[in-house]
Amino acid sequence: MAEPLVRTRDLAKDYRIGEGLVHALNGVSVDIAGGQFVAVTGPSGSGKSTFLHILGCLDRPSAGEVLLSGERLSALTGDERARMRNRAIGFVFQNFNLLARTSAAENVALPLVYGGVPARERRARALEMLERVGLADRAGHLPSQLSGGQQQRVAIARALVTRPRLLLADEPTGALDSRTGEEILALLGSLNGQGLTVVLVTHEPEVARCARRVLRFLDGRLVGDEAGAEPAAA
Amino acid sequence: MSFAALVRVALRSLAANKLRSALTMLGIIIGAAAVIVMTAVGAGAQARVAEDIQSLGSNLLLVVSGGTTASGARTGLGSTLTLSEDDAAAIALEVPGTASAAVLRGVVQAVWGNQNWATAVFGTTQDYLAIREWKLAAGRFYDAADQASAAKVCLIGRTVARQLFGDANPVGESIRVRRVPFTVIGLLESKGQTMLGTDQDDIILMPIETARARVIGTPSLARQKSVGAIWVQVAEGGDMKAAEAEVRALLRQRHRLQAGQPDDFSVRNLEDIASAQEASGRTLAILLAAVASVSLVVGGIGIMNIMLVSVTERTREIGLRMAVGARTRDILGQFLVEAVTLSLLGGLAGIALGVAASLAIAEFADWRIQLTAASALLAATFAFVTGVFFGYYPARKAARLDPVEALRYE
Repeated sequence: MAEPLVRTRDLAKDYRIGEGLVHALNGVSVDIAGGQFVAVTGPSGSGKSTFLHILGCLDRPSAGEVLLSGERLSALTGDERARMRNRAIGFVFQNFNLLARTSAAENVALPLVYGGVPARERRARALEMLERVGLADRAGHLPSQLSGGQQQRVAIARALVTRPRLLLADEPTGALDSRTGEEILALLGSLNGQGLTVVLVTHEPEVARCARRVLRFLDGRLVGDEAGAEPAAA
Repeated sequence: MSFAALVRVALRSLAANKLRSALTMLGIIIGAAAVIVMTAVGAGAQARVAEDIQSLGSNLLLVVSGGTTASGARTGLGSTLTLSEDDAAAIALEVPGTASAAVLRGVVQAVWGNQNWATAVFGTTQDYLAIREWKLAAGRFYDAADQASAAKVCLIGRTVARQLFGDANPVGESIRVRRVPFTVIGLLESKGQTMLGTDQDDIILMPIETARARVIGTPSLARQKSVGAIWVQVAEGGDMKAAEAEVRALLRQRHRLQAGQPDDFSVRNLEDIASAQEASGRTLAILLAAVASVSLVVGGIGIMNIMLVSVTERTREIGLRMAVGARTRDILGQFLVEAVTLSLLGGLAGIALGVAASLAIAEFADWRIQLTAASALLAATFAFVTGVFFGYYPARKAARLDPVEALRYE
C-alpha cells in the first residue's frame, strides 16, 4: 500500500484540569489514505474534535506522532505548522467562522493573503472557488446577507482555495437545518468524488452514514473503524 | 501578509468602531497638539527675542541717569539727570572700540494743521541713528551745522507721521512742538515694538542742542549739558562685560564717586534683558512639554486598553486566521499596525488641532508663533512611538493565543 495521506501512531493528548489528568486522546493509531471520506463520531468528550485539531496542526499531541504525506508534524516549527494549515489543510467549522463586514469573495481569499498570493490572483481564485460551490452571484455579499447554507458554502470555498489535499470539517452541518445540511454533505461528497480527502467530525449517525469509512471514538480511544453504510457521492 | 493589506485590515477594523476609535485617539490628539503648540510658541518666542535684539541694534549698552543724589536720597532711574553730553563723548574717546550717543528725552504735544499727538521727543547727538542701526525711509538726518545752530529741524517716526499726516508725505512740512515750528526733514523707518511693548516709532528726533534750547530746556540743563541716557555701542566681537565695567569705572571717576558710594547711573546690557524674555518663553515650552508627555502616555494607555478589548472581542477571528495559515508574526503585525494606525491618525488629527490652536494663539493672544515641518514630524514620531510601545503588549497577547481555544471562545 502506498504512503497514506494521514498516519497517526499512538496519539495521546492529556489535559490537566485542576489536580486531575484527563486523557482526551489515548493511543490512537490510524491510517487515512488519500481520497477517502472519513467520518469521525462519538459522544461529547470522546476526543473526536481533539483528534481533528491535531490532524489540522491546530493542536499538538502530548505523545505519539502524526505524519501528513509522510512528514512528521512534531518536527515542524510554528511557522511551518502555519504554512501546513495554509497549504495542505482546509478547515470547515460548525459556526462557519466567516469574518463579518467582509465580502464572501474576501473571506474566501483570506488564506491566499497569508499565502502571499498577489491581490489580482487572489480575487480570481476566490471567484473561481465561489463558482465551484455555486455562489458565483454572491461574491460581493456580506456574511450577514447570506443564509446559513450559503455561509457554509463560502467557508468550504475558503477551505479549498489554497487547493489542499485534506479537508477537515468539524460538525459542518451542526448549525444547519436538515435539508441544508444534506446539501452541504452532498457538496462535500462531490468534492470527495473529485479526489479531495475529507475527514468529518459529527455526532449524528445519519451524517456519518454519508462517509465511506467511520471511525468511532469513546473516552479518547478509537473503538471502531468500519465502512459506512453507503458510498458518498450519490 | 503585505503591509498594505495589514493597513487595510486595520482601517476596516477601526472604522467598524468609529466612536470608540475617535475617543481612544483623544489622548494622542491632545498630546500631538501640545507638541505642535509647544514648538510653535517656543520657536516664536526665540525668533521674537532675536528680532528684538536686532531692532535695538546689536552690542548695545544703555547707560541711564539716576541712582542716588548727593544728599543720599535714592531716586528712580532717569529722574535726575546725572549724565552729561561730555560723559558720552568721554566714553567714545576713552573706552576702546566704542561709539556713543547721548539722548535727552521729553514728552510733548506735536501739532500739524488741526491734528495733534502726544509723543516723545529725543534730542540726540550725531551718532544716534548709526548706533541704533536705524535707517531713514525718506529725507535726511540732521548734520553738524544743524546741531551747532540748534536748527529747528526734526525727524519723525512712523506712528507720529500716521497720527499727524495720515497718508500725506511729512517731509518738508512744518509741525509745531511747544509752539515752536519745526521743519520735518526726515521720516524714520519703522522699528516696531520693543520687547517691553513700547512703540519705538512713536518718536520725534531732533538735534540735542535744539531740544535743550527750544523744547525741554531749563537753565541748569543747559549749563551742565545734562542728558537722560547714553547709548554705547561696542564694536562687533567686543567683550560686552569688559566694556560695561570700563564704562562704569570711567563714569564713577568722572562723577567723582568715592569707593563705597553707589553709582548715580546704571548700565544695562540689552541682551541680558532679551535673554530673560527668552527664559520665560522657555518656561512655557517646558510646561507644554509636560502636558504633551502626560497626554501621550495617557493616550497610549487608552490605546493599550482598547486594543486589549479588541483582542478579546476578536478572539475567534484570531483563531480563524491562525487556522487558515496566519503565522504568529502575522497576527502580531495585524494588531500592532492597528494600534499604530490608531495613534498615527490621532497624531495627524493632533497636528491639525495644534496648528489651529497655534494660529488661534497668534491671533487672539498676539503671540509670535513659528510653525515648522520639523515639529509636525516630531509630533508624528511621538504618536508613532506611543502606538508601537503601547500596542505591542496587546498584539503579543493576540499572537500567543492558542488557536483551538481561540476558535472555541464564545
